[in-house]
Amino acid sequence: MSALLETRDLCKSFGALRVAENISFHLEAGARHALIGPNGAGKTTFVNMLTGLLPPSSGLILLGGEDITGLAQAARVKRGIGRTFQINTLFRDMSVLDNVALGVAERRGMAARVWHPASRYHDVREEALGLLETLGLAEDSGKRVVDLPYGKQRLVEIAIALGLKLRVLLLDEPAAGVPALESGMILQVLDRLPGEIAVLIIEHDMDVVFRFAQRITVLVEGTVLCEGTPPEIAGDARVQRVYLGERYG
Amino acid sequence: MTRAVGYAADPRIRFAEWLPWLAAVAGFFLLPEYLPLGARILTYVLFALSLDLILGYAGIITLGHSAFFGLGAYVAGILAAKLGVTDPLLLLLAAACAAGALGIATGAVILRTHGLTQLMLTLAIAAVCLEIAHKATSITGGADGLSGITIAPIFGAFKFDLYGRTAYLWCLALLFAGWWVTRKMIYSPFGATLCGIRENSVRMHAIGVPVYRRLLTAYTISAMLAGLAGALLAETNQFVGLNVLGFEPSGELMVMLILGGVGRLYGAFVGPLVYLIAQDFLAKQFPEYWYFGIGLMLVVVVLFARGGILGIADRIVARARKYV
Repeated sequence: MSALLETRDLCKSFGALRVAENISFHLEAGARHALIGPNGAGKTTFVNMLTGLLPPSSGLILLGGEDITGLAQAARVKRGIGRTFQINTLFRDMSVLDNVALGVAERRGMAARVWHPASRYHDVREEALGLLETLGLAEDSGKRVVDLPYGKQRLVEIAIALGLKLRVLLLDEPAAGVPALESGMILQVLDRLPGEIAVLIIEHDMDVVFRFAQRITVLVEGTVLCEGTPPEIAGDARVQRVYLGERYG
Repeated sequence: MTRAVGYAADPRIRFAEWLPWLAAVAGFFLLPEYLPLGARILTYVLFALSLDLILGYAGIITLGHSAFFGLGAYVAGILAAKLGVTDPLLLLLAAACAAGALGIATGAVILRTHGLTQLMLTLAIAAVCLEIAHKATSITGGADGLSGITIAPIFGAFKFDLYGRTAYLWCLALLFAGWWVTRKMIYSPFGATLCGIRENSVRMHAIGVPVYRRLLTAYTISAMLAGLAGALLAETNQFVGLNVLGFEPSGELMVMLILGGVGRLYGAFVGPLVYLIAQDFLAKQFPEYWYFGIGLMLVVVVLFARGGILGIADRIVARARKYV
């Protein structure tokens, strides 16, 4: 079976600094995959290359067999690959509803209409409201994002991404900075993500990783150290060395 | 707080939104000796409205908006004075198209940049336009200005009269049209998209929005509106001077908008009204120091009233509601 998302020998260097080296990676439809590694391993760089924020120095990115390496971010989103952000990247002064509706409208191809009022597009609003409801945010739809507690803001991040009807969803530390009391809320949402979406999660919290992921890729210093199921990774001596720091000791 | 636009906003025109129009009509009957000043104010309101669309809604910071205003004024003026095109509507159309073309051409460059680079580029474009108008004396009249503009009656029926009655109503009609179109745009999905870009362009890229294209569309529409305002000035003054171009009118326009309130549609109404009346009054009372009064006003607004005069009004209303 061919992979939904594939990278071939992806490299990125900033001058002499090589932050990604020959990353070859597969993601199947419906996958629950985690990308882990110590700080500075190149996880965010990898995601930025996948979404089109950073052009790779060499290598290929294929989505459903199509080469998307040279496409801009917006064009990739239209083809079904998108992300959430590690640090909330929301429309802070807008309502929760508008945060989600902007993406829904763009996906439906009517976000550039200039004539009728936005509130006249009932299907956009209904879809956005429906999404908020499934994430337990229905009551907050009229509030400004800045007025929400941090944990709920993280959910809005996910809601925006879901409104794009992606095939591949990249979650950049979805639970980062969330107090322990609220992180359960986020884990529940992750568990209920639509099954057909391929999800790649980047996360430092190993509880989240081992609970969520079916496969794990370990990235160290820009290269793939190993890949496997959670038990395989947990038992891998190299991974333990990296995480216990013996490598440097 | 600025009025919310977007997918849950009620787009119906509220009572308060009719007040500026009622005031403008009342002004026509009650202050006949001030109609020329009134026409000038209406023209600048349209100009400020065009700036509010890109500055207040799309978040494009520009000190070069006079390029479009000036181009509109010169296109209308040159067509009328040198080429014998005298139909006022045709002149407006030509000016708007020319300004729109300049908007696409310059927007294609400046909208690829951000922050200070963008600001400097807009300034440079305005400076270049000023220099061209300055040097091309055979067409523009250079520093002497462009005179000899004759304008035919509007629709062949309404002559521009000495008292400025026709000019005032003509400006009012065009401002109304410009306001109506701008308002529609702001409440549309396109308007919501612009607000999204202003709030967080990184996120807009990440939800699949072709940010650059949307900004270019807004910039071009804004340029056309500014060109329209410029042409109105040429028609009602029947003279175009170099003072419509360059940094000064751009900066002045931004001061007007900040004074009124940025990103709230009606700040563009209040700002020029207050600024131009203050200018008119102060220039008569203190011909040497009138700029001082304007400066003082701006300092007070920036220090104590973020959101401009309308911001103050909002706060007063909010406080009054608390006690009622």
